[in-house]
Amino acid sequence: MTGTPWLPAHVVDVRDLTPRSRSIVLEVPGWPGSLPGQHLDVRLTAEDGYRAERSYSIAGFGPGERVELAVDEVVDGEVSPYLVRDIRPGDFLEVKGPLGMYFVWRDADPSPVQLIAGGSGVVPLLSIARARAVAGTDQPFRLLCSVRSPEDAMYRDEIEGLEAAGVEVEWIYTRRAPARSARGAGRVRPGELATLTWPPERHPLVFVCGPTSFVEYVADVLVDAGHPALRIRTERFG
Amino acid sequence: MAQFTRGFGGRRRESNPELPPGQYLTNDFPVLSAGPTPRVTRDEWRFTVRTETGLDRSWTWDEFTALPIEDVHTDIHCVTRWSKLRTHWRGVSVDTLLDGIDSAAVSAMAHSYGGYTTNVPLADLLGGKAWVAFEFEGAPLAPEHGGPARLLVPHLYFWKSAKWVQGLVLQVRDDPGFWEQNGYNMHGDPWLEERYW
Ligand SMILES: Cc1cc2nc3c(=O)[nH]c(=O)nc-3n(C[C@H](O)[C@H](O)[C@H](O)COP(=O)(O)OP(=O)(O)OC[C@H]3O[C@@H](n4cnc5c(N)ncnc54)[C@H](O)[C@@H]3O)c2cc1C
Repeated sequence: MTGTPWLPAHVVDVRDLTPRSRSIVLEVPGWPGSLPGQHLDVRLTAEDGYRAERSYSIAGFGPGERVELAVDEVVDGEVSPYLVRDIRPGDFLEVKGPLGMYFVWRDADPSPVQLIAGGSGVVPLLSIARARAVAGTDQPFRLLCSVRSPEDAMYRDEIEGLEAAGVEVEWIYTRRAPARSARGAGRVRPGELATLTWPPERHPLVFVCGPTSFVEYVADVLVDAGHPALRIRTERFG
Repeated sequence: MAQFTRGFGGRRRESNPELPPGQYLTNDFPVLSAGPTPRVTRDEWRFTVRTETGLDRSWTWDEFTALPIEDVHTDIHCVTRWSKLRTHWRGVSVDTLLDGIDSAAVSAMAHSYGGYTTNVPLADLLGGKAWVAFEFEGAPLAPEHGGPARLLVPHLYFWKSAKWVQGLVLQVRDDPGFWEQNGYNMHGDPWLEERYW
């Protein structure tokens, strides 16, 4: 069996991030803490014993028994609409984690870091950026967020505030750009990725997270641009 | 009585006895790997079995595909929770690749183009349980799914079915591979939910 146990958890706070996503803060007695970028498994049990499990990235990091998740609704999904629309403080669920030792940033690594998020893929990257801000280290950091529209940007204010902590932030709007934006809407293009991210000559460690098609596309463009495959860490949300 | 999650369960996926616990059925073939797809041509592709004493047995693409080829009909289960039922593969059995090799190994490290490794006990590789597959649903295996060839160990979670596989190194201890050092289970039986450690 697996070594990490299921832990009982209660919701202590929920907050809408966008019209279809929200952050959920859990209180998890015995939570061992997590590294920036890790995820956990959530298990929901219906009154009749029916169960569903899903993976969610941890938006925070470090020690403490409070665990912050951020969930974006998959409209015809089973679990995410419940988490985004129905769950409320006091509700019970179970978590297992932290999980994954690969999609993880360690503040002792001096490499420049490039974070590239598609949609809710920003969650583990925010965790990494928060860790960088708290550590106060001086690795050059850049975060590129691809979102459908300005209203779909999870954690927008906090992410913009990261600039003050030395994280360069860039936005790509795929469906609708803000009125005054020069770029307009559309998926990120290879030339843009080259200008909006650290070039291979700087030997960055690159973290790419989001839907599978986004991650595949971005990782392929980066390899074509000369980034060594082993410097690109990817996590796919399915 | 056990605690439950208030209000959950209104929408539910039908449970399917063909699926291991915690898995859901997909009809797509999602991609899962830690990094980008390495590009390996069939001309440069080699497959090597190395024993614990360092003896190599190696095949070119043409030599490899001239070995006895088996048809494999199987379900596959990914640790990220999707399962796909009744998939069809063609490849060479690991029994064929290790036939006649003199070794006291208990385990093999699968090595991939791109640098990844995963460990699999020999008990899970021999006896008609594992293949090096190069065709999926009647077509050459696509690079994003591990082509030219991937290991196929369908009774374990699919990360053990190393993509872009280039060889097996036999080992006298079941040492952990890349994935296992990074949090995945040493064995990975989906029916026991051996996902992580
Ligand atoms: C490591 C990891 C980290 C993640 N982190 C986050 C995160 O931080 N935030 C976040 O929002 N998400 C995250 N995800 C995604 C998350 O785990 C869920 O996949 C997501 O919330 C959708 O779950 P769901 O139950 O709502 O949808 P599901 O019910 O699983 O459905 C997902 C899609 O598959 C289709 N589908 C599935 N089963 C069936 C079926 N039986 N019949 C028909 N269609 C089906 C649905 O139509 C839908 O489009 C992460 C995933 C992974 C692997």
